[in-house]
Formats: sequence, C-alpha cells, structure tokens
Amino acid sequence: MVVREIIDILIQDGRATPERIAVMTGLDVAAVREQIAAWERGGVIRRYKAVVDLDRLREVTGAEVVTALIDVSVSPERGAGFDSVAARIAQFPEVRSVHLVSGGQDLRCAVTGSSMHEIGDFVARKLATIDRVTATATHFVMKAYKDDGELLIEPAGDHRLTVAP
Amino acid sequence: MRPLNPVVAACPPSGIRRFFDIAASMEDVISLGVGEPDYVTPWRVREAGIAALERGLTTYTSNAGLLELRDAICEDLDRRYGVSYQPAGECLVTSGVSEGLDLALRVLLEPGDEVLVPDPCYVAYGPCVAFAGGTPVYVATSSADGFRLHAGAVEAAVTPRTKAILIGSPANPTGAVQSREDLAALTGIAVRHDLYLISDEIYERLSYTGPHTCLASLPGARDRTVLLGGFSKAHAMTGWRVGFLCAPAPVAELAGRIHQYTMLCASHMSQAAAVEALLGGEGDVRLMVADYDRRRRVFVKGLREIGLDCPEPGGAFYAFPSIAGTGMSSQDFAEQLLLAEHVAVVPGDVFGPSGEGHVRCCYATALPQLEEALTRMDRFLRTR
Repeated sequence: MVVREIIDILIQDGRATPERIAVMTGLDVAAVREQIAAWERGGVIRRYKAVVDLDRLREVTGAEVVTALIDVSVSPERGAGFDSVAARIAQFPEVRSVHLVSGGQDLRCAVTGSSMHEIGDFVARKLATIDRVTATATHFVMKAYKDDGELLIEPAGDHRLTVAP
Repeated sequence: MRPLNPVVAACPPSGIRRFFDIAASMEDVISLGVGEPDYVTPWRVREAGIAALERGLTTYTSNAGLLELRDAICEDLDRRYGVSYQPAGECLVTSGVSEGLDLALRVLLEPGDEVLVPDPCYVAYGPCVAFAGGTPVYVATSSADGFRLHAGAVEAAVTPRTKAILIGSPANPTGAVQSREDLAALTGIAVRHDLYLISDEIYERLSYTGPHTCLASLPGARDRTVLLGGFSKAHAMTGWRVGFLCAPAPVAELAGRIHQYTMLCASHMSQAAAVEALLGGEGDVRLMVADYDRRRRVFVKGLREIGLDCPEPGGAFYAFPSIAGTGMSSQDFAEQLLLAEHVAVVPGDVFGPSGEGHVRCCYATALPQLEEALTRMDRFLRTR
C-alpha cells in the first residue's frame, strides 16, 4: 500500500524527489530511491516529462501544434492480430499514442503536426497505405479541456477567506 | 435605547477578525490562517447539487432532513464505528456542526450549568455555552504531551453544577487526537458524575495516526452522548452548511424542536449533495486525506527544521507550533509575521489561555505555498 503511495505521488508530480517522498510517506529515503530505481529498470516508469497546454503555448509563442484523433480500421493478420500493424503505426514520431479499442474501428491514434495539411499528408501517404489498414477517420482536435488528468480550463481560484475560525 | 442582551454583549468578538482585516489589505499573502480545505467540493458532489437544482429541489425538506440522507448518515456510522442510531428519531440534519453544537447546548443546559471544555479549543465552544445560558469551565491542556485531555484534570474541574463535557477530537486548533483510553476515561467520569458528553467529530475522517475513535462507540457513552458530525471538512463542503446531530431520542427530539422553530431545515440542495457525498464520495475523501497527510508530514518537519517545536498533529489539518522561544506573544508573532513576511497564521490565544505561545497553521494549502511560507517564516525567525 505504501509502495503504491510512491507511484501515486510521482504520477501527480514527476519532480518529487526521493527525499520529499520519504517525508510524505514516512518511508526510508534509501527504500524510496531503490523502489523508484527498480521501477525505472523494470519499465514501470518510462519517463518524466511536462504536461503542456498546447493551446496556451500557441498563444504565448505562436507555435502551432495541431492534434488529430484518428480511428483506423485494420484487417487483422493471422497469428499476429492487430499487433504488427499497431507497431508499424506506433513507430512514426508524429504518432503520440496508439490504442486498440472496442467499437466500430480497431485502432485509435493521436497524431500531432504543425498544420492540418501536414497531418492530412501523413494520413494519406503513411497511415492509409500501410498493408491491412482498410479505412481511416480523422478527427481534428479543436480545443483541449483536459489532458493526461490535468484540467486545462481556467482553475476556479482560491475563494477562501484569508483568516477564518 | 434599552440595554442589549448582557451575555452576548459580554462576549468578545472573535480575535481572528483583526488579522483578516490586515491580510485583506495586502497582496501575495500566503494564508495558513484558514479553517477549511483548499479543495473545492469534489465534482461528483457539486454535480449532484446542480442536478438537485435542475430537478427543482428548492423547497423545504422535513424538519429532521431528507430521510434518504439520515439513512445514509446512520448507515455510515454503523458501518464504520458500530454505533447505531435510528434515522427517524435519533438523527437530525443540521446547518453544519455549528448549528448542531448550539442545539445540543440549548437542549442540555439549564441556566448556570457548567460545561467542561478543553483549553485551547475551537473558538465557538465557550461563546455557544454562554449563549445557551451555561458557563464554560476550561480544562487546561499542554503541548508538552500533545494536548492530551487528562481524566484527572477533567474530574478535578467537576462541580455540582457541571452538566456536560464538550470535546472535539481530532481538534481545532491543535490537531490533537485523544486516545481511545483517554476517551474511555472521560466516559467513566461522565458516568460517575452523570454528565452528558458532546462530541464534535467534524474532523473524524482526517485522522492520520490510527483509526478514529467515535466517542459514542465506547461502552457506556452512547446514551449520554450528543454526536456532532458533518461534511465540511472530509468532503470539502464548508459552504454548503450541512451536518448532523445524533443523540438518544429524548435529546434528539428536543433538539429537533428548536431546529423546527429556528432553522426549519438545512438547505435542500445541500442535503441532496450530501447524499451523493456519502454514497459515492469515499474515493474522493481518501485521495484528499492522503494528500493532507503528505502535506502534514512535510509541513511539521519543516516547522521543526526552522526551530519551532511542534507536537505531532494526529488529525484535522492544523499544526500548532510553539513560538514561545521567540519571546513574543502569539498576537505579536502573528501580527509581525503578517506585516513583515505576508504569512497569515492565527494567534493561539484566541483559542483559550493555554493557546498562548502557539500559532495555528493550516496546512490545507498547496505544497509550493507551504514551502514558501516556511521559507518566509524562517527568514522572519532569523531576523528577530
């Protein structure tokens, strides 16, 4: 249970140090450090990175990042099912995520690019032409409200009185 | 003009107000002076409140409150503490524990009755006893043993006029949790001297060092106890004003009679939201409590590192460090810390004479804010 708390803290704050986590949980620092190292070695923790609000980044820097959610229909391969096609799609750096999903289509992918045109080009030239991909449906993201558990809309603010009984 | 009620006129205004006025005139104040969660009410509960408004639940409810809510409250108390109350007859939904406390005192006290109250304690205890016609008799506790309420000290304060003992555990402002043994000893005193017990358990879910002891669950306690609880702290619902009073039928019945004529009922939509809090809010409570506990550990360690003695707060979301080493009174310390470093804390003396030499710091604030507050307090201490 306490081990689970370490990962809960890191999921909330990837920059929490082993020292800080040790204080928070009452665990020994060395034990926390060892547990995190074990997760890193074992591939449980893949990477530490920032959650970026791309809309706000564009407002601030002008950098345009377009995201599309793309549903991909696949004719599964004997023996490999959807895995080989999914792996081929996942290799492209512009593909941010690939999930095998239930429902009408088979794979749901998130793809980013610097313009709609660039993504359209990617779908037409790369994605749709992969063997066993039978159809694609591209949904461009118009606005992000929540990403990776983080609310991207304006926070409510602290309405508490400064001093109260 | 004819004179006003002397009991009310004799009651000093809350000492907290002055700090609120100073802090309100400043920017970039980090406030550790609050008494409520920094979380907003979890969305599932807010959504239930919105749905209640959409469904038009804008009317009075029965005086005692929605039966569905009373069922959920009694079921929850039975499941977690094994204390059994009848939803009809022994449970009253109130506008927060504040109303419940007032009702309990008004029902139990005859003019001149004394109520034993720990010192320091929540600011409303003494005034509410006085407003109900009683006299608060303070039993001093000390940071040296974590603000333990000693049975010997309590029993020594009992007189023929003593009618009840009022306690809060976990406590505001100290964060102290009374042990099961001490609560059992307190119950023994109540039995020996035929006293009522009023147990303010608003912070029960915020217990970090072990399972909470519900006073009414102790042998011999239930039939002389008024149990007060609510949603404000655990479910981050302070502004909804909804709590409950559970007591043996004769007490609950009379409390209901006052409530019927004064409050009528607690807010209907708040009661609907509270039902959702009890039926679906457990996961949210656990997440928030785990988070308070982490901040508690970081903050208490930080206070000790900057040289302030701080007894381990086992519950609520307050630390009550000693500032006696500075040689300043708690009022001076709080005022100068606010003026010099824009950190708001509450001087301990507003909670009773034994609170002098301490300040109350609420750690229900984001970690980076807590860290910044500790940095500023450290700087403040170094320049004194």
